[in-house]
Amino acid sequence: MAAPQNPRGPRPAGVTVGRVGLYGFLAISAAFFLLPAYVMVVTSLKSMDEIRLGAIFAWPAHFDLSAWLTAWSGACTGLTCNGIGVGFWNSVKITVLSVAFSVIIGAINGYALSFWRPAGAKIVFGLLMLGAFLPFQIFIYPLVRGFAAIGIADSLAGIVLVHVLFGLPLVTLLFRNYYAAIPVELFKAARVDGAGFWRIFLEVILPMSTPMVVVASIFQTTGIWNDFLFGLVFAGRDNLPMTVQLNNIVNTTTGERFYNVNMAATMLAAAVPLVIYFVSGRWFVRGIAAGAVKG
Amino acid sequence: MAAGRETSPRLPGAGKAASSKGRGLAGKPRRLRAATAFLTLVPTWIVVLVVYVGTMIWSIQLSFTSSRMLPTANYVGVEQYRRLFATARWIVSLQNLVIFGVLFIAGCIVIGTLLAISLDRKVRFENAFRTIFLYPYAMSFIVTGLVWQWLMNPELGIQTTMRALGWTSFTFDWVVDRNLAIYAVVLSGLWQSSGLVMVLMLAGLRGVDGEIWRAARVDGIPTWRIYVSIVLPQLGPSLATAVTLLAMGVVKTYDLVVALTNGGPGSASEVPAKFIMDNLFGRQNLGLATAASTVMLITVLAILAPYAYAQSMRARRARGAV
Repeated sequence: MAAPQNPRGPRPAGVTVGRVGLYGFLAISAAFFLLPAYVMVVTSLKSMDEIRLGAIFAWPAHFDLSAWLTAWSGACTGLTCNGIGVGFWNSVKITVLSVAFSVIIGAINGYALSFWRPAGAKIVFGLLMLGAFLPFQIFIYPLVRGFAAIGIADSLAGIVLVHVLFGLPLVTLLFRNYYAAIPVELFKAARVDGAGFWRIFLEVILPMSTPMVVVASIFQTTGIWNDFLFGLVFAGRDNLPMTVQLNNIVNTTTGERFYNVNMAATMLAAAVPLVIYFVSGRWFVRGIAAGAVKG
Repeated sequence: MAAGRETSPRLPGAGKAASSKGRGLAGKPRRLRAATAFLTLVPTWIVVLVVYVGTMIWSIQLSFTSSRMLPTANYVGVEQYRRLFATARWIVSLQNLVIFGVLFIAGCIVIGTLLAISLDRKVRFENAFRTIFLYPYAMSFIVTGLVWQWLMNPELGIQTTMRALGWTSFTFDWVVDRNLAIYAVVLSGLWQSSGLVMVLMLAGLRGVDGEIWRAARVDGIPTWRIYVSIVLPQLGPSLATAVTLLAMGVVKTYDLVVALTNGGPGSASEVPAKFIMDNLFGRQNLGLATAASTVMLITVLAILAPYAYAQSMRARRARGAV
């Protein structure tokens, strides 16, 4: 019989029809999930002449990196041909600032909500969840007008602010749930020692928060990097994030379409979240699991 | 911060003046001590009241006016809603939302659950498979849409390749086919999000009590039967989470359509979120757009209500059991 930690039994040794079917299913699924990435890579490495041959799965005859260079620094949106590199740096600026602010504020909020529970804590938290659930379309027009009124329309400040405003619910939720699992005795002991709100946060709670800071940062970084809607509406021409620029480059209606450049640009836009995904592995999954709590 | 000091001193019950601080040490923090905490949450209060509730009320209010490019105070009752549901594009977008929503959610659940069960069968390379199934979820909908647009390119995509290989009737040009464009959105959505369901369901499967497995095995029940009759019914919470997350995504679907088909051909793959954005910023139809977003809001609340109800019932039952 199975060992205690292996209730589903040991891995079957023999080759059975069931096992073959199981691995067959997994292999076909893996092919389905990998195929688009494979096509993206080989297309980006081909010349346009080779692409016109119409063999989308074919391995490139010779590696041609020029599409990547063009995608980075010469791809055109309309009449301007500055490549997607501009968008990359815009996205870096937007993401770094938005993640930093939202994680810091979310951690403080979560701490205040779970340990101090000031008057109205439950109400403010409940209302905060509106921002996580409700469709952005209901907020967007008044926000555009409001941002214009306070002079941050189409600016870096505007796009960062909107990311912080709508990242806050989830980050606060993540930290609140994380802190709920920390023994309250620790907090009480610090209170007995005479420590105040900020001292307890900085010296007791924050040092214990590293795992959640990592999870929340990963979660926020991928979310904000992949954002399109907010970038389109709030960033303004000079700060367009990579996703918006990418879509402008690929779905431009003027001129010839360079599919190799398009695919190289697409991969460049996917690179940052993919690197985070492959490097962080289980942390990324933890972020999904923690974020799923809201659902 | 200066406010930090007022919460600090430890004064065990020193007369009436200090009584408001005294008991906080043992039980819940007292009001006065929580002043800093309250002040810390003031910005959040402002955010929820102004940015969430305030803007929502303003949007809803605009939906009852005849506003076009700029807001007006000319109230026209439910005229915008009447106009909205007389707009062919909106009706198409609602139909598409239903087609996309049903197929996308059902497809993700089926694929994700099958993948999770497969990985739960003690397979080799489990980590590698899991990484492969989830990586599209790390990518944006824009990237997803653009990749699938290329795969379905009618001149140079998979269709041409397959035909060159001899399968001359092969068609995979859904993005330019009026009748199939919305299914192209479904397919690319499945590719992007199935991994999410796999992760959630796998976590649920791993949480199933091993005793159940041992008992079922002793009884000689076939594996598939154990899954169908015993294990999957226990995964209700994981399933509810997955469905809710996917449903929220369905209502918000915007970027994927913009990148893949831009709502076309014609309005064949139009979706409500895109309809609203177009009318808000492209067509200067403020009243109509806010009416549509109010309908969207009500839809989301209708999706959330049963789930919130189930949650509160579960919480109440749990409390009752304790």
